[in-house]
Amino acid sequence: MVSKQLTIPELETQARQVRRSIIQMLAQAGSGHPGGSLSAADLVTALYANVLRFNPADPQWPDRDRFHMSKGHACPLWYAVLAQSGYFEKEKLLTLRKFGSILQGHPDRKTPGVESASGSLGQGLSIALGMSLAARVDKKDYRVYCLLGDGEVQEGSVWEAAMACAHFSCSNLCAILDFNGCQIDGRCEDIMGLEPLAAKWQAFGWQVIQINGHSMQEILDAYALAKTIKNKPTIIIARTVKGKGVSFMEGVVGFHGRAPTQEEAQRALKELS
Amino acid sequence: MGEQLYQRDVYGETLVKLGSLDKNIVVLDADLSSSTRTNLFAKEFPDRFFNFGVAEQNMMAAAAGFASCGKTVFLSTFAVFAAGRAWDQVRVSISYNNFNVKIVATHAGITVGPDGASHQALEDIALMRALPNMNIIVPGDGPQTKEAIMAAAHNPGPFYIRLGRSKVPTIEYKGEFEFGRAQLLVSGDDATIVACGMMVVQALEAVKKLAAKGVKARLINLHTIRPIDREIILKAARETKLIVACEEHNIFGGLASSIDEVVAENFPVKVIRVGVHNRFGQSGEPDELLKEYNLTSLDIENAVLSQISLK
Repeated sequence: MVSKQLTIPELETQARQVRRSIIQMLAQAGSGHPGGSLSAADLVTALYANVLRFNPADPQWPDRDRFHMSKGHACPLWYAVLAQSGYFEKEKLLTLRKFGSILQGHPDRKTPGVESASGSLGQGLSIALGMSLAARVDKKDYRVYCLLGDGEVQEGSVWEAAMACAHFSCSNLCAILDFNGCQIDGRCEDIMGLEPLAAKWQAFGWQVIQINGHSMQEILDAYALAKTIKNKPTIIIARTVKGKGVSFMEGVVGFHGRAPTQEEAQRALKELS
Repeated sequence: MGEQLYQRDVYGETLVKLGSLDKNIVVLDADLSSSTRTNLFAKEFPDRFFNFGVAEQNMMAAAAGFASCGKTVFLSTFAVFAAGRAWDQVRVSISYNNFNVKIVATHAGITVGPDGASHQALEDIALMRALPNMNIIVPGDGPQTKEAIMAAAHNPGPFYIRLGRSKVPTIEYKGEFEFGRAQLLVSGDDATIVACGMMVVQALEAVKKLAAKGVKARLINLHTIRPIDREIILKAARETKLIVACEEHNIFGGLASSIDEVVAENFPVKVIRVGVHNRFGQSGEPDELLKEYNLTSLDIENAVLSQISLK
């Protein structure tokens, strides 16, 4: 299914709407992870709007591009974008984390459009690798995208996958690293330093594209460039701001895993209007 | 007893047959393909075989990725790594997703021998049994390995199939293999011996020795640990009032525990455990280790006799 390409202003508007949904969902749920959902909102909004090939009426369409959210705690973002893309009604978003909901606290295949569970960090890039190789076996031309967190790459299994994606020359695979610099216990550089991050991925055999993860133009250019890379996987290392879009959440470590109160949500929604 | 076979040879040959019948099957390994015998498939179908190197966690989650795209995945490594090293990947990416991933773990149990404790999986059934959706088969010999692999190929969902390192004699069965249905190998009403894997042969010898002493023991091959055949266990509990559970595994969480759970809730009888009693293994030849860890036919025989005398 080919959808209409959105302009940059249209994408920005859509990302703002996605951020509003994230705030509303989390305030209603009373728990969840706003910081990393907001930081990756521009990246995932643009991916679904202008890049991925999919059909919400046929989520299992064999030729669909795959997206997997390895940083599963950012699923409010995924759910908001899936609803925006037509996988299910937007009203369902307010059932996030509630008993019996299709929107579990971390991704689950109950949700239309979710390919695999996640939530235990460090497994998603391996799953994306399996999808990428399945395309090779089946001689299909779909692409595979995987969103990683920066704290997540402290998991050793990420580097097992990184080594293998390059070994198998997975040029149909594009990882997106939401480099917001924060994790639960503090700044990544204080908890367990990641730098030099780009050099690490390069050394593992990846094409590295570094961008500002809140510039729609840079995001679209990076996705376009990734499609042209031959014989190796691509990672887009996107510099982002945790809690982006809500002034009192930006760069605040505490909002990694704390939902806004109703009062905070009202203030946030005012900023995002 | 029939010919001695390596279960993993049978596994490799079966994979090749399956591979030619079903183009949807892919096979993964983690640098042990010559030991697990997935190298037979690799040779025939190089485009559908992927060696992940020494990285079991990556292999396990990648298997989930393949399965999410509709592939039936068989993957192999040693049981210690399949069940232990990559357990979280098995839990979240395979079992929780209920994906078609068939984990065929070789070199399980104490009979791994000289490699010693680090390589002797005595906890793997417990680890796998704790996971919802996971089916578990511990085939008793070569031919049954083929049947277990075919069952895994033809039934949806995740499987854990446990194979040994050493050759095992082929048992001449009276019945057909049916996934989820245990096999009654010998009838008898004085006691019931339940075994799986290579312990079935030990149990068969014990039954013969017991018969010579006038004790008629029933023998059940509980090849499918999950879903467990409750019916045959409860029938045995009611009719013989005594069960001796034999496994090449720690006494916690494996075959004996499975039986305990069934009888405790329905018809409590004594269940005596012939297994590894809360110890790690060590280096040695399989026969020496079976003696040291009280896993021989004599140990089974004694377990039955000591309880019969109390009856």
